[in-house]
Amino acid sequence: MTGNPTIEKISCYHCGDDCLTEAYTLDDKHFCCHGCKSVYQLLSESQLCNYYTYNDHPGATRARIDRRFDYLSEPAIVSQLIDYTDDQVTMVTFYIPHIHCSSCLWLLEKLHKINPAVHYCRVDFLKKQLNIRFDHHRISLQQLVELLYDIGYEPLISLQDVIKEGNAATEDHLVQKIAVAGFCFGNVMLLSFPEYFGISTYEHSFRQFFGWLNVLFSLPVVFYSGREYFVSAWQNLRRKSLNIDFPLALGIAVLFIRTFFEVATHTGAGFADTLCGLVFFLLVGKFVQKKTYHHISFERDYRSFFPVAVNTIVDEKEKPVPLADLHTGHRILIRNNEIIPADAILLKGHALIDFSFVTGEAVPINKTWGEIIYAGGRQTGEAIELEVIKPVSQSYLTQLWNNEAFNRKQDNRMQTFNQKVSKYFTVVLLVIAIASLLFWLPTDLNRGIAAFTAVLIVACPCALALSTPFTMSAALSIFDRNLFYLKNTAVVEQLAAIDTIVMDKTGTITTSDNDNIQLNARLSDAERELVYNVCMHSNHPLSRMICRYLGTHKRLNLTDLSEAAGRGITASVNGYQVRIGSEQHVSGYSRNTSAGTKVHVAVDGNYKGYFAFAHQYREGLKNINGLETDYELYLLSGDQDHERFELIRFFKTTDKLLFNQSPQDKLDFIGKLQENGAKVMMIGDGLNDAGALKQSDLGIAVTDNVNNFSPGSDAIMDGRSFGKLPAFLKFSKDTVRIIHASFLISLTYNFIGLSYAITGKLSPLFAAILMPVSTVTIISFTSLATHFAAKKRKLS
Amino acid sequence: MSVIYFLIGCSVVLALIFLTAFFWAQRTGQNEDLYTPSVRILLDDSEDADTEK
Repeated sequence: MTGNPTIEKISCYHCGDDCLTEAYTLDDKHFCCHGCKSVYQLLSESQLCNYYTYNDHPGATRARIDRRFDYLSEPAIVSQLIDYTDDQVTMVTFYIPHIHCSSCLWLLEKLHKINPAVHYCRVDFLKKQLNIRFDHHRISLQQLVELLYDIGYEPLISLQDVIKEGNAATEDHLVQKIAVAGFCFGNVMLLSFPEYFGISTYEHSFRQFFGWLNVLFSLPVVFYSGREYFVSAWQNLRRKSLNIDFPLALGIAVLFIRTFFEVATHTGAGFADTLCGLVFFLLVGKFVQKKTYHHISFERDYRSFFPVAVNTIVDEKEKPVPLADLHTGHRILIRNNEIIPADAILLKGHALIDFSFVTGEAVPINKTWGEIIYAGGRQTGEAIELEVIKPVSQSYLTQLWNNEAFNRKQDNRMQTFNQKVSKYFTVVLLVIAIASLLFWLPTDLNRGIAAFTAVLIVACPCALALSTPFTMSAALSIFDRNLFYLKNTAVVEQLAAIDTIVMDKTGTITTSDNDNIQLNARLSDAERELVYNVCMHSNHPLSRMICRYLGTHKRLNLTDLSEAAGRGITASVNGYQVRIGSEQHVSGYSRNTSAGTKVHVAVDGNYKGYFAFAHQYREGLKNINGLETDYELYLLSGDQDHERFELIRFFKTTDKLLFNQSPQDKLDFIGKLQENGAKVMMIGDGLNDAGALKQSDLGIAVTDNVNNFSPGSDAIMDGRSFGKLPAFLKFSKDTVRIIHASFLISLTYNFIGLSYAITGKLSPLFAAILMPVSTVTIISFTSLATHFAAKKRKLS
Repeated sequence: MSVIYFLIGCSVVLALIFLTAFFWAQRTGQNEDLYTPSVRILLDDSEDADTEK
């Protein structure tokens, strides 16, 4: 009964998908759809077929339904999107998620050959951005976007441009500061050598010269490169908190002042190279910490999920209106696959709304005339007309976004180890320094001051400040390689502290809806056409899904259509009798078959097979079985409970499975767990989980397309690595252990240094050796240990 | 040995020139995208062959 099509699989020359028909061929090349064929045509007309020589099947499938870019003709919207414009040219940066290979790069930078009005194109491959300069007299922004769409590179246009904001924020000249510190560090080291190795008496004039040069080189290091440490320490002091920047700033200040005095009073060589080295290494550590993964943006709110503009109907004519200007009373037109941006009443047309975005329930819902449709639903089917009853900012969904969970300060959810330790560290450091000063004060004032400053110099928590960034960045890159993207380094520690895990069902532990249909039938093209036409006439959600699965076919005339509710359809098409529905309805008898919804098909009484609608669980879901010994495991689903029994396998007890949960319910549930002292990790996928993701101590968004989706979460996980979740959790604990160990190492160095320092006889040479040695030990220990841990957890 | 004053002066000036060069490269955005140029250089520039067809 089951069988795969026997025809040899031909893949599309453009996108590599399987070609289901042979209708689309050109120049002996096969294409899966008209879209792909037309892209090829466009490229071959412009002599750009080199596109295909760099990679096999580099294109994006064009089998999607056309969207409209009319809103790009609205000047108000255009002006927000472009970077720069004058009389001659306009510059714009697009984010194009599909950029994935060298062919994309080649083609996009050759846009000027397809349309000469484009002057210049530059791709940033890792950020997936395209920078275009074009002549706006000859091509409009809308035409440009349509051109990109035509060649298969649809830009993701959103008025809330996170990428641009992110770029603006990182402008703090950190690299320049490192360059200056490194430059001075190198020179000072060179100038300090003679002092360390001894200068003969007749060369004593050089000592002064070298000393003052060292002071000179220290100036930019302290006042330019190290400025931020003073600023941060001062700000924290005013807030009456001690962070790690305080002892660092103190160390830098003491180093500089002591160097200056020693050189000025001819009493010694000072600690200029320790000072420059310290600042240099600290800044490098900061750079490593900052170099996190900005190719994925985490800060998105509801605006990035909604369209930029909506088509309103004014005086019988369509007019695109920016989303922000949408008011109560506007009549809006929503086409197939468009999202309803605000709560509205259905006025015209047949609405079949897919609320999977909001509730997680994948089966589309019928709405009739006069019903209220909440924002966030996606229309599937014909265009509908609605009247807006609430502005976007007050709709049901956006209210969820505006929940206090979103306004809460994220940084204070859990204190990192570093923050906890640095408080005590500073206090202990100051106590030792003052104690050694008081100890020497009665006998020898100079020695007392020497000991006091030496303690502050030696105990300067350079290694402590470095251990976290280096361990974390090594850990982050390992997570990154395993398709698990964390927002920042603090998330690793939060991951290690979790004791309760809450999961969403649809889209999180099941894969998204498109793959859920499986055709277990041998259907010829003609039969596909028949099935398509019969299903076209049914409003049953399953029929709709079959239609979507089969793609577009020719319309045929139907006669004798009868639909038995809950059982199936019978119809005559082109002289064939087609029966579609339950097994009972189609073949007359019913067997007990395994779980999952099935729709059977028979043509002229011959049984052909069935469509299976199975919820496919993610690969690796069984791995989570091991988690419940260490973690409390809950499932929250917006769905009906028809899979309760299948899920018990994974969750063991039924009382931890909750169904029919609204987004607000989910948020409240997490809040309740937290009140009982749990550290909750929420794993969800969609807008419907956004509130819960934010409320939880650690929100992970699971997605099949990392670039598509990132609600307010702390981490994004590619669906393919879902099964590695237990390994991720264990690895995060390893990472925290490594940080603790490296902290111990750094303390050991500090003890060695301190035992010299409190005697007041710390030589500059000793400090100059101890400091880099401890730094190198810490950095190599953390990176080696992290990689070993990753190997142990099979993550590298 | 006084020549050392001159030599150190020279070396510092030279180092400063390198530092300025680095600043210039940073300002003009040469370090912003470190990956794409490495791919771009592998793409043949066969425009002539293409257009003459």
